[in-house]
Amino acid sequence: MTQSLDMTMIINLAYIVAAILFVYGLKMLSSPATARKGNLLSSLGMFIAIVVTLANEIKLPWENIVTGLIIGALIGAVAARKVEMTGMPELVALFNGFGGASSLLVGIVAAFALTNTTFTNVTIILSILIGGVTLTGSLIAYGKLSERLPSKAIQFGGQQLFNGALVLAIIAAAVMFCLNPGIESPWLLAVIGLSLLFGIMITIPIGGADMPVVIALLNSYSGLAACAAGFVLNNNLLIVSGSLVGASGLILTNIMCKAMNRSLSNVLFSGFGAAKVSTAKIEGEVKPIIASDAYLILEAAQSVAIVPGYGMAVAQAQHVVRELADHLENNGCEVQFAIHPVAGRMPGHMNVLLAEASVPYDQLVEMDDINPRMGNVDVAIVIGANDVVNPAANNDESSPLYGMPVINVTEARTVFVLKRSMGSGFSGVDNPLFFGENTRMLFGDAKESISHIVGEFNDL
Amino acid sequence: MEAVYLSFILMLSIFLGFELISKVPATLHTPLMSGSNAISGITVVGALTAANSGSPDLALWLGTIAVALATINVVGGYMVTDRMLAMFKKRN
Repeated sequence: MTQSLDMTMIINLAYIVAAILFVYGLKMLSSPATARKGNLLSSLGMFIAIVVTLANEIKLPWENIVTGLIIGALIGAVAARKVEMTGMPELVALFNGFGGASSLLVGIVAAFALTNTTFTNVTIILSILIGGVTLTGSLIAYGKLSERLPSKAIQFGGQQLFNGALVLAIIAAAVMFCLNPGIESPWLLAVIGLSLLFGIMITIPIGGADMPVVIALLNSYSGLAACAAGFVLNNNLLIVSGSLVGASGLILTNIMCKAMNRSLSNVLFSGFGAAKVSTAKIEGEVKPIIASDAYLILEAAQSVAIVPGYGMAVAQAQHVVRELADHLENNGCEVQFAIHPVAGRMPGHMNVLLAEASVPYDQLVEMDDINPRMGNVDVAIVIGANDVVNPAANNDESSPLYGMPVINVTEARTVFVLKRSMGSGFSGVDNPLFFGENTRMLFGDAKESISHIVGEFNDL
Repeated sequence: MEAVYLSFILMLSIFLGFELISKVPATLHTPLMSGSNAISGITVVGALTAANSGSPDLALWLGTIAVALATINVVGGYMVTDRMLAMFKKRN
C-alpha cells in the first residue's frame, strides 16, 4: 500500500515537471530565436510524462503498449518528414482529428468500468462528444483543404433546424446514458453516432476560404477533448495541457476572425455571401509597366515593402522573390515583407513559406507594424495578394470588405501589382488599388516577372 | 469535491494559456498550432492507463488505437514543429 502511494506521489511530481516544461516551452515560443529550444523542452516534458506513466502498475498490457507506440511513432515521423510546407494546413487538420479520436476512444474505454460515478459518466459523455465532433469535423476540413471534397459551402434548406434537432437529440441521449450507464447501454452508441454526425454537419456549411478559422477552432476543440479525457481519468496533466491547447486555438480563431472582419458565428453559419455588391464607381485607369522599367524604379528605391499573398506560393515564386530582396539589400535598400494575418491558408502560414525560402525572420513584419510606416516606403510590391491590400476596405462603406483591416499599400510612393490579368480576388470583390494614381500593373506570371528583374540586377 | 478541484485546475490553466499564447508573435502561429497538436497528444498518458489487463478485449484494442493516434500527434507534432522552427533564421 505504501509502495503504491509512493508511486502515485512520484507520478504526480513528474506530471508537475512535465506541465512546467510545457508552459516554459510555450513561453519560449514568444521569439523565433528561442522557439526551437522551447519546442525541445516541451517534447522533453512529454517524454517524462510518458515514461513515468509506463512505470505505473495499472496500465495496458505491454504488447498493446508497444504496438500502439511503435505504429503511432512511425506514422507521425513519416508524416512530419514528408509534408510540404504548403500542405501544413492539411497536416494540422489531420492531427486535430487524431487528437479528437484519441479522446473519443479514451471516453469509450472508460465506460467499460462498472463503478463509475455520475460525475464520471458526465465527463465520459463530454469526452466522447468533443472528441467525436473534433474527429469528423477535422476530417471534413482536411477533405476541403486537400480538395478531396468540394471546397464550397454546402448548405440546404432547414439546415439550422436539422442541426438544432441534432443538438437536442445529443442532449437527450446523454441524459439517458447517465441514467442507464455502462458499456452495454444503447445510449452510448447513440451519443457516439450523433457526435460524429454533428462534427460533419457543423463543418460542411463552411466555405474553403474560411478553413483557416475552422482549423484554428478545431485545434482548440482537440485541446478541450484532452481536457475532458482528463476529467474522466482524474488526471491533472491532461487538464492543464488540454486547456493550454484550447486557449491557443481560441486566440488564433479570434485573430483570424478579426483579420477578416467577421464574427465567429458569421463564419460558422453562413458561407461568404457575395450578395453585397459595391455601389462605388471605380475611377482612374490601369497603368501597366514592363519589368525593365520596374527594375529602374527598384534600383533607385531606398525602402521596399513586399506584400505576398498565397498566389505567390502557388506560383512557387518565393525563392526568386527572396533573390530579389537580397539584390535590393545589397543595393543599399531596406526590404521588408509585410504579412497580413490571412495571407496564407492558416495562421502564420505565409511566414513559414518565406522562412523556407530562407527569408530571415527579422524581415517579416506584421500588418500593424508596417501600416504606420507605409508613407516612408518607396515601392510596395504586391505579389499574389488581392483582398488584403484592397483600399475599399478602408474607405468604401458599400464594399463587402469594408472594415476588414488591410495593408495600406496605397500610402507607399509607388505600388507594383504583379498579376496575371485583371481578375478579382477570393471574395470576388473589385479592387480600386489597380486603378490607383501611383499603382503600376506588372502583368504576367509573377515568377517570370520577378526573375526578369533579378536578371537585370545580375547583369549590373 | 473532486469536480470542484478539477474545475479549479481547469480555470487556472485556461488563464495561464491565454497569457502565454497572446505573447506568441504572428510569425510563429503555424508552429504554435502544430506544437499544440503535439501537446494535445498528452491523451496518450490517459490512453495508456484507461484500460488494463483485467479489461475485456474490445477495451484493450480501443485503448491501443487511442495510444497509436495520440502518439502520431506527439511524434509528428514535435518533429514537424522542429522542422519548421529550424527554418526561421536571423539575418547573417
